[in-house]
Amino acid sequence: MRLQTPEKTVTFTFDGRRIKAVPGEPLSAALLANGIKLVARSFKYHRPRGVMSAGSEEQNALVTVGHGAQAEPNVRATTLEVSEGLEVSSQNAWPSLRYDALAVNDLVSPFLAAGFYYKTFMWPRSFWEKLYEPVIRRAAGLGGLSGETNPDTYEKAFAFCDVLVIGAGPAGLMAALTAGRAGADVIIADEDTEMGGRLLREREQIDGKDARAWVADALAELDALPNVRCMTRTTVTGAYDQGTYGALERLAGARAADKPVECFWRIVAKRAILCAGALERPIAFPNNDRPGIMMASAVRAYVNRWGVAPGKAVAVFGNNDDAHRTAHDLAEVGIKVAAVIDSRDDAKVSGDYPLYTGAQVIATKGRHGLKSITIRHNGGTRTIQADCLAMSGGWNPTVHLTCHMNGRPTWREEIASFVPTPDSIPGMVTAGACNGTFSTVACLTEGADVAADVARDLGLKPQTTVPAADDAAYAITPLWAVPGKGRKWIDFQNDVHVKDIRLAAQENFRSVEHMKRYTTQGMAPDQGKSSNVVALAVLADATGRGIPETGTTTFRPPYVPVSIAAMGAGSQGKGFAPERFTTSHQASIACDAPMIEAGLWYRPSYFPQKGETHWRQSCDREVGYVRNAVGVCDVSTLGKIDIQGPDAAALLDFVYTNMFSTLKVGRVRYGLMLREDGHVMDDGTTARLGAQHFVMTTTTAAAGLVMRHLEFVLQVLRPDLDAKIISVTEQWAQFAVAGPQARALLNTVLDQPLDDETWPFMACGAVDVAGVRGRLFRISFSGEHAYEVAVPARYGESLFRMLVAQAEVMGGGPYGMEALNVLRIEKGFITHAEIHGRTTAFDIGMGRMVSAKKDCIGKAAAARPGLSGEMRQQLVGLRAKSPDHGLSAGAHLFAKDAAETRVNSQGYVTSACFSPTLQTHLALGFVENGRARHGEVIKLRDHLRDITEEVEVCDPVFFDPTGGRARG
Amino acid sequence: MRITCPNCGPRDRREFYYQGDALALDRPAEDAGLEAWDDYLHNRENPAGDTADLWFHEAGCGAWLVVERNTVTHAVHKATLAEKAKR
Amino acid sequence: MGYSGFRVIKEGLFGQKGWKPVWRDPAPKAEYDAIIIGGGGHGLSTAFYLAKEHGMTNIAVLEKGYIGGGNVGRNTTIVRANYFLPGNSEFYSHSLKLWETMEQDLNYNVMHSQRGLINLFHSDGQRDAFARRGNAMINQGDDAILLDRDGVRAHLPYLDFDNVRFPIYGGLYHPRGGTARHDAVAWGYARGADQRGVDIIQNCEVTGIDIEGGVVKGVQTTRGGIKAKKVGIVVAGRSGQVAAMAGMRLPIESHVLQAFVTEGLKPVIDHVVSFGMGHFYISQSDKGGLVFGGDIDFYSSYAARGNLPMKEHVMDAAMTLMPMIGKAKVLRSWGGIMDMTPDGSPIIDKTPTEGLFIDCGWCYGGFKAVPGSGFSFAHLMATGNHHDPAAKFRLDRFRSGVGLMDEEGTGSQHNLH
Repeated sequence: MRLQTPEKTVTFTFDGRRIKAVPGEPLSAALLANGIKLVARSFKYHRPRGVMSAGSEEQNALVTVGHGAQAEPNVRATTLEVSEGLEVSSQNAWPSLRYDALAVNDLVSPFLAAGFYYKTFMWPRSFWEKLYEPVIRRAAGLGGLSGETNPDTYEKAFAFCDVLVIGAGPAGLMAALTAGRAGADVIIADEDTEMGGRLLREREQIDGKDARAWVADALAELDALPNVRCMTRTTVTGAYDQGTYGALERLAGARAADKPVECFWRIVAKRAILCAGALERPIAFPNNDRPGIMMASAVRAYVNRWGVAPGKAVAVFGNNDDAHRTAHDLAEVGIKVAAVIDSRDDAKVSGDYPLYTGAQVIATKGRHGLKSITIRHNGGTRTIQADCLAMSGGWNPTVHLTCHMNGRPTWREEIASFVPTPDSIPGMVTAGACNGTFSTVACLTEGADVAADVARDLGLKPQTTVPAADDAAYAITPLWAVPGKGRKWIDFQNDVHVKDIRLAAQENFRSVEHMKRYTTQGMAPDQGKSSNVVALAVLADATGRGIPETGTTTFRPPYVPVSIAAMGAGSQGKGFAPERFTTSHQASIACDAPMIEAGLWYRPSYFPQKGETHWRQSCDREVGYVRNAVGVCDVSTLGKIDIQGPDAAALLDFVYTNMFSTLKVGRVRYGLMLREDGHVMDDGTTARLGAQHFVMTTTTAAAGLVMRHLEFVLQVLRPDLDAKIISVTEQWAQFAVAGPQARALLNTVLDQPLDDETWPFMACGAVDVAGVRGRLFRISFSGEHAYEVAVPARYGESLFRMLVAQAEVMGGGPYGMEALNVLRIEKGFITHAEIHGRTTAFDIGMGRMVSAKKDCIGKAAAARPGLSGEMRQQLVGLRAKSPDHGLSAGAHLFAKDAAETRVNSQGYVTSACFSPTLQTHLALGFVENGRARHGEVIKLRDHLRDITEEVEVCDPVFFDPTGGRARG
Repeated sequence: MRITCPNCGPRDRREFYYQGDALALDRPAEDAGLEAWDDYLHNRENPAGDTADLWFHEAGCGAWLVVERNTVTHAVHKATLAEKAKR
Repeated sequence: MGYSGFRVIKEGLFGQKGWKPVWRDPAPKAEYDAIIIGGGGHGLSTAFYLAKEHGMTNIAVLEKGYIGGGNVGRNTTIVRANYFLPGNSEFYSHSLKLWETMEQDLNYNVMHSQRGLINLFHSDGQRDAFARRGNAMINQGDDAILLDRDGVRAHLPYLDFDNVRFPIYGGLYHPRGGTARHDAVAWGYARGADQRGVDIIQNCEVTGIDIEGGVVKGVQTTRGGIKAKKVGIVVAGRSGQVAAMAGMRLPIESHVLQAFVTEGLKPVIDHVVSFGMGHFYISQSDKGGLVFGGDIDFYSSYAARGNLPMKEHVMDAAMTLMPMIGKAKVLRSWGGIMDMTPDGSPIIDKTPTEGLFIDCGWCYGGFKAVPGSGFSFAHLMATGNHHDPAAKFRLDRFRSGVGLMDEEGTGSQHNLH
């Protein structure tokens, strides 16, 4: 029921029913205004539940918003702003909210006590996955995901400030005003749609005016300060190291405007002031979960802020002074106060309605909405008709963020609550209700004082003036659970009641962590915001300990649930990682080449031609180009590191196993690089362009790793070396030109033709490529007469097109990764399939490349007894005994007649291909003592692909073992 | 977590690569023996408290840093250039 | 007392009054035949198997806080046997077999759910590496199936197959892989050990290890000195500190691993799924929460809490792989402290001190190892001989280089495993 007729309304639907609402009000207010009490079903027993709070701590009223791919489950009705056409459905109920079949769980609840599932469902064994678990899973859960790709967009952002004020109630506003006036860069963030916090729901005076008017003035002043940023709808969700905070901003109306719906902020603040307020806690009494039973402060919020009466006859039940505000405010606006029940015998309270002190609510009635309550008073009982009960068990300061770095809050007896332990978060101070300071004037004062201290720490000169305001006392006598029979709910969301906690204690789950995990109390979507203190008070009672001795569980981030899409904003689809393109990318795509991922790079798999229906046809043809004519391949993705300085050669001697200081200018050498633990890190060629100038190539995969490693060596291990390095991978486009016609092809683009005398195998130097200064390296990864030609990247695409065009004239063309792989397997050249991080120089047959004349990275560790010797699995070639039978990488190798078991596995296949050159299937692999077993026939077994083949162990160099083709 | 790079000022942890204990600065001689190399490569004091370790400002200036910090509180006390820390 | 459906109904009818403590809270005795330091999953299972398999019942488990409060109570609950290097292969295979009868062995429902695990791969190279792994699993007698893209689609239709940065080439399917209710594993072993006479002593922190002439004599604790003929250290996350009490320095660096859970949702993810191009793995608990995690935060830490960069990386990976979970909300994140070793594999071994044994270095794979580790460590402590499936988990392998088990192939840098 609304207290006034609204000026403007919108229409939304709830379970298909069309309902009018005030735009922007929370869904909970709209439902209550329309007399809708039953909103949801509880998690375990499917009990009818209604709106309980007016904030993000809501336990009961979770709904699903939207439909199809946009459907969002588990949305709190208390934080969802109503707009035209909003579509809301209830969840966790079937066939309908009113008649929910699984409400049967409630009837059999004696058999479903805390932890019952640990004690049954064990027989027969196979039934868990087949029967019990599927049934349990279907009954559990709250809302559902659509299973479709999330169509909305989200953002992430960084922000920096001097002072982050968290919460914009009286303390927060005063803190922001004080710090802002002093000139600090301030961000004030509040999760509500409006700033003002508690002041928005109270009938109070500040500075001689209505509190809401004071808030409006304060906001106007903050808005006018250029150094202050006000962020509404922004929940600070986590506190992290060195003043980093996570925050979730909801953007109102964004979906309709096709804008991001949420933004996840990383806020870096020199200082933070936590003014997060306090949350009212319920009292455990029988059937305290009926729709219509709400928090007392929430009732005030609906009445005072939203103009909605949550009931026609409202009863109030509390153990503290604050609860009486609700009764006063209800009376003020003319809503019937059916009764005020105060559990304190000595409560000094007054009001023009039935007052019962020293009384307790012991029963409630009304299945889908509260109808009456029964109270115990003066030794008797009395039933009172009421359709709404406002309860208040006192206030819990919102200490959560102060616990995010493992801080534990401190118990304060006089307010029967935990307060933050100072310095729990470096750089954060607390003020106001979250600090256990409850009166308005005290909150204002503390906010101002704390902010002034912070401003002074930052070198500013703050001034504090605090307006006059309400100074009401807050007296409380704890009442956690009303004595007597019945189920008294504590964790409404997970359906945990007092007896569950007592049962946990009975079974020796006496540690608060054990109790939580055993009963699931505090593990629901609200993370126990409302239930934790009540639960541990009940546990303390059950175990005969005090509350401080019982301790608390840890509050962990996030403060409110954060959508995965917001924290992972920007990563959907291709956004997960950067894409790196070579200069020939477009030219390759123009040839219909399928592009495959190589780390962050894209490389062509093969270049299909008309009539080719299988990649193998293209691959075989491209291998033929290189073996018989000439092929062109973009190799720019390999890492290129420029190394210069007087000690450049000494650096290379230290990072490579073999010697580089002896390399002549104008020559290239293959180098093997180890990790310090003696295993192979990477390999590649390094060219000496000048006495103090080298260019190192790395594999595509290890380019970043090697760069970091070289810097490590230079800065950490050998700062005595005078050498500088820089990555030039992206500055040079580099193409392999390989095959008998390689020189002829290059001569068509080079200004000076090549000859064998000046450009022998492993030569390098500067060349002019169609008038552009480039570099040429006579190196080969195919075993053919080959070169790699490099030009500044901006000429890469042109050169690629020229080379390909000329190659085609000569009976060749471009080749892709598939052909490149075949060519290198035929020659026994290794890639990271072989140097996968567990192999040594000895394993790959390069033990002799570890120079005895010098120390190098990894040399000492490689000399460990376990890293060489007969039992090591060594690199070998494997040739199929039946040439047309395929071999597979990942297969294991066994002695010919051995059973295919772990203990018999002697090795495995790392790379396999069909060799069009040799017309047989080939593979590389590792076999125990493999180098001594050339000629032996062994068994290859791939269980997964069901391949069993006999293979002959041989030298890994299948083709042109003397290397004549590359040199010729 | 944020680390104050001596070259760049305070930067987010995501700009840095972590390597491990700063004992890596003291590389044994090639012939120091299995024990010494085992200690260098594998065995760690692994303190619950103050420690010094090596970080690389990979997405920044490219400096290797010796960072003194606390493994329990995550407080970062100091960061210095590794090339200057060499004893 | 035995647990059964009948008993649950009976207690339901009589107000749950008959349930007894799941374990006792005895005061420590002056002397035990063996002491286990650490009341986590591995420590409790060690105690259970010492009692069950070796008849040692005069033993105590000393826990500085509450039992099951370490990594067994803060992990992503995945149980699998999909290792490929000798040493790991046979150990996890044995451990999985123990999981398969755990509920009946313990008379406690740990909700071990063999829902199947799928490791996705995103390149030919990854496929071949997974093929080697899958073949090793079958060699060992475990199960593995290599799925192609369509095979993955049949199991996991909700993945992004069309627009993803790293296309899905296929997956290695391990049908016997799955999940379990992590806390229940600790409680089940505690109950089983307690029933066999083991003293489980909580709030009892070990402050020193008594050694005389190279032989262990007992321990000092916050509740006084306790004598023991044998002592086992099983304190993941604090291994270095406790080992230091015996003068040992371990090949371990401690790192924090975060994990995440969402609000409860109706069933939507039926397997355990792991991404091959980023750090992300996920399953859905029986309560409906999506339970997922990524890699360690990468810097050494004892803080049991993580920072935003790894959280965001995990969410990023989730969004690229399965954008249907975008509207699920993360409810809670937490961190555990991992013993990271230089090859990513654990240690179950004797120490230079006679009678002192150590079980540590589980990196972030300790949960699935709970039964196997306890079984093998109990065997070592009781008999003095290494249990076959765990015989390669030696402390000296790093020094000698013999039998390294570097599944990741990243070498001796602790944080890269």
